[in-house]
Amino acid sequence: MSQDAHAMHMPTTTGLDSRKMAIWTFIGSECLFFASLISTYMVYRGKSLTGPYPHESWTNPANGEVVKGILNIPLTSFSTFVLLMSSFAVVLALYGAQRGKRGMLIGWLSATMVGGAIFLGGQVYEFNHFVHEGLTLHQNLFGSTFFTLTGFHGGHVTVGLIWLGTVLVTAIRGKLPPEKALNLEIAALYWHFVDVIWIIIFTLIYLIK
Amino acid sequence: MATTVLDHAETHAHAKTGLWSWITTVDHKRIGILYGATAFLFFLIGGLEALLLRIQLGSPNNTFLSPETYNQLFTMHGTTMIFLAVMPISAMYFNFMIPLQIGARDVAFPRLNAFSYWVFLAGGLFINISFLFHAAPNAGWFGYANLTTKPYSPGPNVDFWVIGLQTLGIASLAAAVNFFVTIINLRGPGMKLMRMPMFVWMSFITQILLLLAFPVITVALIMLMFDRVFHTMFFTVAGGGDPQLWQHLFWVFGHPEVYILILPAFGIVSEILPVFSRKPLFGYAAMVFSGAFIAFLGFGVWAHHMFATGMGPIADSFFAISTMLIAVPTGVKIFNWIGTIWGGSIQLKTPMYFALAFIAMFIMGGLSGVMHASPPADLQQTDTYFVVAHFHYVLFGGSIFALTAGAYYWFPKMFGKMLSEKLGKVHFWLMLIGFNLTFMPMHFVGLNGMPRRVYTYPAGLGFELLNRLETIGAFILAISMLVFVYNLWRSLRNPVPAPADPWNGATLEWSIPSPPQEFNFAEIPTVHSRDPLWETKRARGGPLPEPALASGKDIHMPNPSFWPLVTAIGVITTLTGFLVGFPYVNLVGAAILLTGIFSWAFEPAG
Repeated sequence: MSQDAHAMHMPTTTGLDSRKMAIWTFIGSECLFFASLISTYMVYRGKSLTGPYPHESWTNPANGEVVKGILNIPLTSFSTFVLLMSSFAVVLALYGAQRGKRGMLIGWLSATMVGGAIFLGGQVYEFNHFVHEGLTLHQNLFGSTFFTLTGFHGGHVTVGLIWLGTVLVTAIRGKLPPEKALNLEIAALYWHFVDVIWIIIFTLIYLIK
Repeated sequence: MATTVLDHAETHAHAKTGLWSWITTVDHKRIGILYGATAFLFFLIGGLEALLLRIQLGSPNNTFLSPETYNQLFTMHGTTMIFLAVMPISAMYFNFMIPLQIGARDVAFPRLNAFSYWVFLAGGLFINISFLFHAAPNAGWFGYANLTTKPYSPGPNVDFWVIGLQTLGIASLAAAVNFFVTIINLRGPGMKLMRMPMFVWMSFITQILLLLAFPVITVALIMLMFDRVFHTMFFTVAGGGDPQLWQHLFWVFGHPEVYILILPAFGIVSEILPVFSRKPLFGYAAMVFSGAFIAFLGFGVWAHHMFATGMGPIADSFFAISTMLIAVPTGVKIFNWIGTIWGGSIQLKTPMYFALAFIAMFIMGGLSGVMHASPPADLQQTDTYFVVAHFHYVLFGGSIFALTAGAYYWFPKMFGKMLSEKLGKVHFWLMLIGFNLTFMPMHFVGLNGMPRRVYTYPAGLGFELLNRLETIGAFILAISMLVFVYNLWRSLRNPVPAPADPWNGATLEWSIPSPPQEFNFAEIPTVHSRDPLWETKRARGGPLPEPALASGKDIHMPNPSFWPLVTAIGVITTLTGFLVGFPYVNLVGAAILLTGIFSWAFEPAG
């Protein structure tokens, strides 16, 4: 994507492409970003003074309604599965890009984006539903930490979709020959990272009660 | 000689000048100069703030500054000196010197480099614009929650601080990725890791610290901003939030930040001492590993800033021990510096003066640092002027002395002119005397109980004389800076060009003309040892001839671009939206940001 010919054509000390090294470096830095958000979530787990709670039920004092544990685990398990499959799809798309198999590249890259979009759609639905049930950013600590952590993850997915979408457009316009497959590979590395982070978030928020 | 004149004319035929060439530049040397000039201006502003503080404290019960103005000035002094002066002055040296010292033509991502500078400039201006509204940040450079949450800081002051710092963090992270990759991947032939100049090594470790520490403050600032704008409860006690979380996150960033400020200084001094002692650096490998060890330990000591919060004996003991442990690799460095000058043929030039003073001043700062590694001692010293004395001895006596040493050392390379030795020594003595007169008495008033961050003190507590001396010292420091500015101005107007290698240097930057040509090296040099230029001179049996200017016709350099600037404007506009006009300003900013990124991605880089 970034046609940094300067970085691309210069022989490097290690022989590795500088852009690939840069994305790995950036991912290393992002680990600390998510580690801080996740730690905050864990430190504040179970410290909410009022509901709705993630797993326990709560009676809303305003209208007497009982809100059961607010997390919809089957739905999120499904969108998690879809997101993981999109990581698989982007690997196949990269395979296509590296070997000049245009149909494979465009098909699997489209599939990757559909997977990402379904995940994001699930998150939009979930956020809407939660707000409807009375969980907002400022309702309790769970709301503050949950929306901030998963929201920033969703933001990363959105950036990934825009990035992959841009690569898809260049592929459709026939401007992603095998020698430029690295443009996809870098985006794919970022995409995998976003998926891996989600596995951690999903486990800690949804699976561990 | 004839060829030199010819080449000279040819090179200047397509030399790029004018404002637009600076706005669109992607040349690491120009970006370095931009960093340096901007940071030096901020440094003078931060110094002016300190002078005002010292005038206020020069006599008891003074009314020169109101308490509110005092709060704004000490907050801005700290914030400015750390984020807008010392860090970007280090960034000037990273930019200018890393590619030259490793034998590269530029950094790995020249446009990203320009982006870093523009974002830094935007963040610096953003924080300082708050003065126009008399709403400068006023809660300390550490921004402790819940003092900084909305109920206790209702004005826009803290928003300026949060958004400004967030912006500066983006600049630092982008630059850190860039230099990290540059040092790993753009080293010339033969420049193995263990042959890199010590400045490159210490810069490399600094980039790792930046990459791992800044995301933490990014998250802390996001949470504080959310508390202020969206009423989240991260630091709201009424909602179950814990203000101490801020302190933990801030210092997990804040302590590595201390090493981000000092490691480049270590690197600079490790370049200067060997050259002016005519001896290779003593204990090269020990220097590398002690630097790495300091950085590693730096992530395990953050809570020594929090002994007064009552963390309990186990946490206190752990952090006390890990903090004291840092004295070991730091001591290794000091002994190696002394080992370097020991028995050397010492040339007492201005850079050497500052480098030697750095060692002495830094040892004093280090010793007082070890003193408050002990929790019981720290409980007496915390929030007093003793701490102020300590961190000025490491940050001013350490970082600023070393950065100034670097200025005298590398100015000829950067601008092609020599700084006056005579003025340099006047600068040195005034700075050394002014510095010690300002900060030495702070140890004593601090131990006698004078609290920091308080706008005045009553008469009769025994603080008057020492505070008056400190204020006089601050003015001597200010005069030393005027001498430095005059020296800079005089040298830049001086028509006599500096030679390529005025100090008999050991590293690659001295093998090329002063100032270097756009492409740095007409031919990328091959390196066979740690002191490549000394080796070449030894083989030749004497000094090298002045290098000829090359035409550089066949050398391919990246194109200029203004998209980094547009992208930086997008960043600051997006973030400004959290202060005014949420969410419309944010959306406009995001649109500019996307335009910048896409135009950047699809323009030919050259």
